[in-house]
Amino acid sequence: MKTHQKLCDGKFSVEMEVTGSGEPLLFLHGAGGLTGADPFLEDLGRSFKVYAPHLPGYGESTGGEHIDDVIDAALFYHELMDELKIPSAYIVGHSMGGMLAAEVAALDTRRAKKLVLVGAAGLWLDHDPIPDLFSTDLEELPAMLFHDPKSPLAQMMLALPWDNQELLTAMYVERTRRFAMGSKFLWPIPDRGLKKRAYRIAAPTLLLWGESDKVIPVSYAREYQKYIRNSRVQTIKQAGHMVMYEQPAEFEKAVTGFIKG
Amino acid sequence: MKFTWFHLMPYRYLPEDFKQKYRSVWVDIPRDLYDPRVGHRLYNDYLDQLEFADQMGFDGLGVNEHHQNAYGLMPSPNIMAAAMTRRTRNANLVVLGNSIALYNPPVRVAEEFAMLDVLSGGRLVAGFPVGTSMDTNFCYGEVPATLREKYFEAHDLIIRAWKEKERFSFNGKFTKLRYVNLWPKPLQQPHPPVWIPGGGSVETWDFVAEHDYQYSFLSYFGYMAGKKVADGYWNVMAKKGKELNPYSLGFAQVVAVSETDEQAERDYAPHMDYFYNRCLHVYPGFADAPGYRTPSTIKAGLLGQVGKQASLIREGLTWKDFLNEGYVIAGSPATVRDRLRDALKSLNCGHLMILQQIGSMPPDLTRKSTELFAREVMPHLRDLWTGFEDKWSPKRLPASEMAKPAPLPSDAAKTNGKARTSSAEAEIRSSVK
Repeated sequence: MKTHQKLCDGKFSVEMEVTGSGEPLLFLHGAGGLTGADPFLEDLGRSFKVYAPHLPGYGESTGGEHIDDVIDAALFYHELMDELKIPSAYIVGHSMGGMLAAEVAALDTRRAKKLVLVGAAGLWLDHDPIPDLFSTDLEELPAMLFHDPKSPLAQMMLALPWDNQELLTAMYVERTRRFAMGSKFLWPIPDRGLKKRAYRIAAPTLLLWGESDKVIPVSYAREYQKYIRNSRVQTIKQAGHMVMYEQPAEFEKAVTGFIKG
Repeated sequence: MKFTWFHLMPYRYLPEDFKQKYRSVWVDIPRDLYDPRVGHRLYNDYLDQLEFADQMGFDGLGVNEHHQNAYGLMPSPNIMAAAMTRRTRNANLVVLGNSIALYNPPVRVAEEFAMLDVLSGGRLVAGFPVGTSMDTNFCYGEVPATLREKYFEAHDLIIRAWKEKERFSFNGKFTKLRYVNLWPKPLQQPHPPVWIPGGGSVETWDFVAEHDYQYSFLSYFGYMAGKKVADGYWNVMAKKGKELNPYSLGFAQVVAVSETDEQAERDYAPHMDYFYNRCLHVYPGFADAPGYRTPSTIKAGLLGQVGKQASLIREGLTWKDFLNEGYVIAGSPATVRDRLRDALKSLNCGHLMILQQIGSMPPDLTRKSTELFAREVMPHLRDLWTGFEDKWSPKRLPASEMAKPAPLPSDAAKTNGKARTSSAEAEIRSSVK
């Protein structure tokens, strides 16, 4: 189900995917945003009531101009949780959404009951630098994002309508709009000082990574572990950065197992 | 009609197989391709050429800012402008310009431009480009989504720093300063003319119109491709009820003059090939960081001049194509006169930024082309736009007040000249209140 929510006297309007029933689970998407075909949300919906908001600047959500940095973004999510009357929830964040989920949990320790960071951005290792996805050619993206770039899934997710100029332009504008918003947290290096604040994260935390993640390698999971006291690392085989699309069953098992366990 | 002799200052010695071996001339070009001993020669050759253009009667000498770029060796054009102040007399110094969002605090630009204006006796044109995505986002790490906002704030700060009579405090989003108090202030009052170099962003035209600035379209693809941008600009100006004054539009054009059309091809074809096929080899991923262009500009379909599409269009172009597509205006003086007159009229352009050293072109050919243009082309185009007032050129000190460099003691011994006389010193003292 798709919902639309006004926040802060209309400063923000939030498009949100809501599915399932049970205890609330908040899913924060990555820099590319939700794709419109995100079956893992329904999978999680079998155990939880899943809220997957589009960050302002993504989808139909508006008000991106009021968010300049990760603090603004974290407070936006706090506000949204208050509005939804879920002062605390299980929070799952992927990539850029993992970075923001960690900020949400660090800025207010009561927000996350448990935290799952999936291939999360937010840190930087000089010896294992995160590649510059913003300048990566479209043809090279599947190899970066997926364990198996030749798979139909990888090909489909990044296919472009080269024969339809109008649709192509529309998609380019939308992609630009999303990445422009994401660049506020990720450009030119996706480190906005989280490691200084991460000691505050009190929730039990799962650092869930695709074993062959080439965007944010598994070394970053281990780095996160140094800063979040109650955390452990789990990897999923045959999965890259888009782990929940590539191995949906393993992904659901890992998340649900951790939260229920 | 006014002419600014514009230099990009390219590295002339990229290897033959550059395009096959490396992905980009800009941003991540290997550092070991640059030899500073060669660089020493090039900088000095290029300053010689600019000084020669001054002697030949061009109205302006143009320099611009690029970073980590093998066809533009001026991370700081202000340094080149400063070097020119001492050995040029006549031409304006057209610095197009400083990417003001990159300097922290931006009053640094206000200060350096004020220094240049004072040093040159009021010959400065102050250019404020947003800067390319390669320069600003990739080389200087600016967040693309906020670059333009930061640019506009920097602009407001610089103009205030020049104009305000007293010191003030500035509480911006990106810059906070308790004391803004410019020393020195510019010689031209309230400030040097502002030219806005652009690559076809729609918003820039509104900004230019709002402030009565001059807009300079700096493209390497000539008057035919540039026509679309010029028309877009004039449409905006017309809608806003502005005078369609040709001097409010600058335009860059590659021009090469020789004795005959055939000789022009023999002289310049290899150097054009070097420029278009080697120097403009930019990795498409660097052309347009997400958020650098606004959705309205993307939708307006004004594609950038670098990037995949642009380089595909250029693939394998030859001398004939460069001429036919209008990238280059070249040939005998008569040919260049005719084509350039048509081009300037079709664009309604009063300030030509003429690119005469391009790519690998050596000093002797650059000098020849420049001299032929100055003697046999420029005078024949001066009559264009005589009915319009050029409100965008600097207003310098009268000749009588212009300082001249004193002869060096070693030269003075040879020429029997003197260092500044005690009477000149006394004159300055008496004029200071």
